[in-house]
Amino acid sequence: MKKLVSAPYLAWMAVFVVVPLLMVAYFAFFEDGHFTLDYVSNVSQYTNIFIRSIWLAAIATAICLIIAYPVAMILSEMDTSYQGTLLMIVMLPMWMNFLLRTYAWMTILGNNGVLNQFFGLFGLGPFKMLNTQGAVVLGMVYNYLPFMLLPIYNVMVKIDKSVLEAAQDLGCNRARVISKVILPLSMPGVMSGITMVFVPAISTFIISRMLGGGGNLLIGDLIEMQFLGNSYNPNLGAAISLVLMVIVLLIMTLMNQFDVDDDKPLI
Amino acid sequence: MKKTSTLSKLYLLLVMLFLYVPIFVLIVFSFNTTKSHSHMTGFTFDWYVKLIHNQLILSSLLNTIIVAVTSAVGATILGTAAAVGINSMKKIPKAITLNVNNIPIVNPEIVTGVSMMLLFVFFAARMNFEFGFGTLIIAHITFNVPYVILNIMPKFRQMNPNIYEAAQDLGCSPVQAFFKVVLPEIMPGILSGLMMSLTFSLDDFVISYFTNGSKAQTLPITIYSMTRRKISPEINALSTIIFLIVIVILVSKNIYERRNAAKKGGKLQ
Repeated sequence: MKKLVSAPYLAWMAVFVVVPLLMVAYFAFFEDGHFTLDYVSNVSQYTNIFIRSIWLAAIATAICLIIAYPVAMILSEMDTSYQGTLLMIVMLPMWMNFLLRTYAWMTILGNNGVLNQFFGLFGLGPFKMLNTQGAVVLGMVYNYLPFMLLPIYNVMVKIDKSVLEAAQDLGCNRARVISKVILPLSMPGVMSGITMVFVPAISTFIISRMLGGGGNLLIGDLIEMQFLGNSYNPNLGAAISLVLMVIVLLIMTLMNQFDVDDDKPLI
Repeated sequence: MKKTSTLSKLYLLLVMLFLYVPIFVLIVFSFNTTKSHSHMTGFTFDWYVKLIHNQLILSSLLNTIIVAVTSAVGATILGTAAAVGINSMKKIPKAITLNVNNIPIVNPEIVTGVSMMLLFVFFAARMNFEFGFGTLIIAHITFNVPYVILNIMPKFRQMNPNIYEAAQDLGCSPVQAFFKVVLPEIMPGILSGLMMSLTFSLDDFVISYFTNGSKAQTLPITIYSMTRRKISPEINALSTIIFLIVIVILVSKNIYERRNAAKKGGKLQ
């Protein structure tokens, strides 16, 4: 009897999650009911876009990790009464719509933007900053930094402080405590942070469109163009989506692999 | 607890600057008399006045609220019922269901959006309906429901499984026992699922973009088309207002939670 109450949900998920994904697979391999590999093999024409997306998303993820890790560590070692407030202050910009946050950088990086105005004071520039790959990476870092920070912080606050003290008692200096204790124990947080930044970064089309101009297309742009853009081609779009899903799946399996290794009991 | 070193404080300050300076630049130029984003030529509230009279923004704000409330409530009801069922499932069906539940969470948003669009296009042609509120709400429920379930499931794990039977032993019917005993126990999970759904719905752009058609524009979609056309300080004014609302909500939530925590701490002593 109890199982019946979840029936509407199961039906919902089947119709609106599983069937649509099967349709993506169908559109990628079938045209007018005939099996074809044309679209999937056509995806290879866009290898450069795939490589660019993976590359930019990887750089953005690495920068996020480098910025967020120390922040998480500083926050987790603070007095608990400040932690909540500071964490809220760090997370607050994330609650602004991400289009507005990206738009902010559009106005800052522009040729007549604040930043170039600032450089102008020293007789420098104007530099071309908007519509470059650097701007796209910056937009990714700015938008997804909290996704890296939060999982790492959550793991770090749970580290038993007596373990750290034990390491110190046994003769570790600060650097050794970080490399031998904090770093390995925070690995699960790092891994989920990497997935949570990399997945949206590799599939974005807004950031590349607003900050990258027309010249820095990413996988997301490519998919969007096949469905809502000028080059309407749902078959090709589905094939690209399928490849994107496979990439994401690979990344996640890879990250989970690390995760499992670190799940071994501590003692 | 160690004292935070000066170097650490400086580092935090730098990261905060990185996070907040763009928003403050937006806010400052919302008061600018010209459309320039580099020179302050004077102070004005004109862009706010224009914003309030912008029919498109007002109607899309209304659309956003309608879609967010409907889909959050829908997802919460669907998800709560589902969580009850999933909880009593056997191990393997449970694992399968929870894996399917994770699909919309881990899948790139654009793929979720595109896949639903394919489904809607397929049915729109055969069943004669148009993209609009219906498709939008279905899409939002779909990406919200997994989070509702993820919020409720841990509450079941924390709950003492015997109290449901105890209530029945004491004369409750199974339905009564559910509403009087189980529901209050999982209520915090249901509420946080509802709040999460509301937030995601209000903020969603990518999935809405593929499923909304032209009739039901939500605020994020209107913002997108505004940024595509031309840089207008109206967007800055809108950002300022949204930023203020976010601050008010988050600060009051924080204060409320602290008071609650203080109360609980008081009780323990």
